[in-house]
Amino acid sequence: MTIDNSTESIHTVEGGGKKRGAAAWISSVFENKYIGLVALAIALLMPFLIATPYAINIMTTAAIFVVLAAGLNIVVGYCGLLDLGYIAFLAVGAYTAGIIAKAFELPVLFTLPAVVIMCILAGLIIGAPTLRLRSDYLAIVTLGFGEITRITANNLTITGGPSGIYNIPGFLSIGGIDFQNPIIFYYLTVLIVAGLVLAAARLGKSRLGRAWKFVKEDEDAAEAMGIHTYKVKLLAYIFGAVWGGFGGMLFASHLTAISPMSFVFLQSALVLMAVVLGGMGNMKGVVLGALAISLLPELLRDFAAYRYLLFGLLLVVVMVFRPQGLWPPRGAEAERTKAQREAAAFANGLKK
Amino acid sequence: MAQFISDIPQVFWDGLFVGSFYALIALGYSMVYGIIKLLNFAHGDIYMVGAFIGYTILTAIGGTFHMLGLFALIIVMMISMLITGVIGVVVEKLAYQPLRGAPRLAVLITAVGASFALEYGVAAIASPNPRGFPVRLDGDFVLVLGARVTIPQIILMLIAGALMIALDTYIRRTSTGRAMRAISLDMKGSLLMGVKVNAVISRTFFIGSALAGAAGVMAGAYYGKIDFLMGFIIGLKAFTAAVIGGIGNIRGAMLGGLVLGLVESFGSELVGGQWRDAFAFAVLILFLTLRPTGILGERVTERV
Amino acid sequence: MSAVLEVKDLEISFGGVKAVDGLSFSANAKEIIAVIGPNGAGKTSAFNCITGFYKPTGGSVKLNGADVTGQRPADIAHAGVSRTFQNLRLFHDMTVLDNVRAGMHLYGGQNFFDAIFHTPRFKHSEAHYTEEAHYWLDFVGYRGRRGVPIRNLSYGQQKQVEISRALARKSDLLLLDEPAAGLNHSEKQSLLELVRRIRDLGTAVVLIEHDMGLVMEVSERIVVMNFGREIADGTPAEVKANPAVIEAYLGRDDDADDQDQEVAAHGDA
Repeated sequence: MTIDNSTESIHTVEGGGKKRGAAAWISSVFENKYIGLVALAIALLMPFLIATPYAINIMTTAAIFVVLAAGLNIVVGYCGLLDLGYIAFLAVGAYTAGIIAKAFELPVLFTLPAVVIMCILAGLIIGAPTLRLRSDYLAIVTLGFGEITRITANNLTITGGPSGIYNIPGFLSIGGIDFQNPIIFYYLTVLIVAGLVLAAARLGKSRLGRAWKFVKEDEDAAEAMGIHTYKVKLLAYIFGAVWGGFGGMLFASHLTAISPMSFVFLQSALVLMAVVLGGMGNMKGVVLGALAISLLPELLRDFAAYRYLLFGLLLVVVMVFRPQGLWPPRGAEAERTKAQREAAAFANGLKK
Repeated sequence: MAQFISDIPQVFWDGLFVGSFYALIALGYSMVYGIIKLLNFAHGDIYMVGAFIGYTILTAIGGTFHMLGLFALIIVMMISMLITGVIGVVVEKLAYQPLRGAPRLAVLITAVGASFALEYGVAAIASPNPRGFPVRLDGDFVLVLGARVTIPQIILMLIAGALMIALDTYIRRTSTGRAMRAISLDMKGSLLMGVKVNAVISRTFFIGSALAGAAGVMAGAYYGKIDFLMGFIIGLKAFTAAVIGGIGNIRGAMLGGLVLGLVESFGSELVGGQWRDAFAFAVLILFLTLRPTGILGERVTERV
Repeated sequence: MSAVLEVKDLEISFGGVKAVDGLSFSANAKEIIAVIGPNGAGKTSAFNCITGFYKPTGGSVKLNGADVTGQRPADIAHAGVSRTFQNLRLFHDMTVLDNVRAGMHLYGGQNFFDAIFHTPRFKHSEAHYTEEAHYWLDFVGYRGRRGVPIRNLSYGQQKQVEISRALARKSDLLLLDEPAAGLNHSEKQSLLELVRRIRDLGTAVVLIEHDMGLVMEVSERIVVMNFGREIADGTPAEVKANPAVIEAYLGRDDDADDQDQEVAAHGDA
């Protein structure tokens, strides 16, 4: 067969005028390949700018919030499943880490396998019966599960009831370096979070990640291509749960105390806002959204009474005017180069 | 066990009473869902707003209330219904109408945003602390088959029942009701047949929100305490009630409310009151997974 | 050797209305079969039964001899079926290449561990996905941009991408639901040639089509349906001469839009 080179190369030329000035500059900065590394570098340099215990505390909390947003982005952003009880997975991770670490006097890090297993189980328990439901039912069921998790934590003795668990052992301590030192713990958190964000982003750009997006866009078409939509959705749920569990583990060892009050619906809603405002499915946007949601209230203390009102209104406004989020995934990739095209044409010629 | 058996009438009555509140709120959920397939998260918050409006009016008129008694409460309730109805319509116009036909995810997120805005709007205006309702309905009780039934309970249930009967008649007998049913079957078709779809949807929101507002005032007067998050759990439960009855089905919502009230009442008697909410949500999850069409939901699912 | 597709006494009814009522036909490798019939004859419903989007209320569907009746669509796709939809069902926010990659989902080549750590296996597998996607786009003669979202494409280009996606599945059986609808004369001619080239790959092709000229020219056998029933099955010449077919089509406009029920999304309407 023949390939018309001319048409393809004409099409490759940017249609319409190039974006100019500030907009182009901003978009080139944000779409830059190394933006993630730059963000990581900034995060690592922050303690050199402000190292007050208060600031470090806020930044650590923000980093943990980022990992939650990254996890929820897998579920909502990639797979299109609205989870309104996502904070339940943070609770499962935090309580698993807290209970085991305290009972066996282990550093929290050693609870990791248990945390991952418990979160996979939680994802299965919540996901398996509900993922066949239509999307709005799913949303409300996850909300119900979130509440059930909190109420359970509130009522059981093993979880310490309403007062929760306190005096959770440190994250790790080897050779005199105590990771409970706030600055060391901040660095540790940033590195773990960066790793998890990168991993989630990479998942999004793999076969599984594409399957998630196919399911999000058109379940029937995905099924017709042989994608077992139920299994794929369950996997999104489980990955989301595990990310939440990591967040929970960091959360427990950061605060050394957890109680059911930390796992209310408000928290689920805030993580969702980070994902939605940032741009569902775009990991960079979601990280930015998470940082905005967790850090802005610190900067806008004067508006404390109105901030959640503003968040709510913002959510409505963004959905009405820009339903894909403020910074949606670009949905573009590199075209074939001329050389590749010719090589393909040659190979096809041989096949014939 | 003997204790439990002797408690049955009381547990039954309590369940029925709470259930009638659920039913009143579930109606709004179910009507809106039935017509535009929208899960209106903000609906529970309309109930909360109703309670706060009632609170504001009652505080404003102050002492005069006691002279007028129950009659005044009903007037206040009607004013609150009017205002919450309008708020419901405004929320629909601003948040939901622009998104008609948009992906479900976007609409759901909008609903969460609207709910959030209402909750924290009230918190910002009225302060986040719980408020004591200026009127507290308590009174003598009569023993009915061993259950303590208070007079206010009976009055409130009568009001709730009257509202529901009025709604049922409205939907069955009037042209608006017919238009609502038509839109729920086929929105495009109704539009082509000259049904003023947007107007009917607005009216649906008005009625549903007004009912929730009424429930809010009644709950405030009965429980005596209101706060800006009071609509969250009850909204979730009203949704559960709507699902139990068969979402989109008006009589189903009423039935579902009563069933949920009873199930919850007996359930918490058996497993302990602290599990009450968890028990209700477990019922929701069971229903959605095993029988998503609900008890009376056959009619809405015949579409293939 | 058994036929690739064997449909026997297929039935489906919606609330008492039999949309498909006793359809039987088979398709062999390297064969082009057309299913035709007036509006609402049940053609698309039959496709949806074969591909698992509807659960048939009677009869059986066999693929390469194995019974797949009533299985879920993904499993039937796995068993070797691929399809296009009457109203294009592409992933609109994703790139052209990603859409074609969807067809290759079942060819695996990587797991989540590979994806997270970007192992050589992952890189190799992704390169393979891309290469194959380009190959099938070339195969259908798609000439537009490939790194842009589907929604930027013209209707004709979208049709090409949908066929590429179905081909990337490399299935034994390809079902095309009105592939020529909305195409102009020259596009129809390329389609004709494309369908033949697909057949030459060894695939069994079954298509629903309204364009009689195209159907008569391209298909080896034609199945005619009316009111859910099969009224004829034979070569184009036989079908043309069949009195029942003539009656069903008498006075009908062949190009009328098909009002068949679109896939009502299994479970989620």
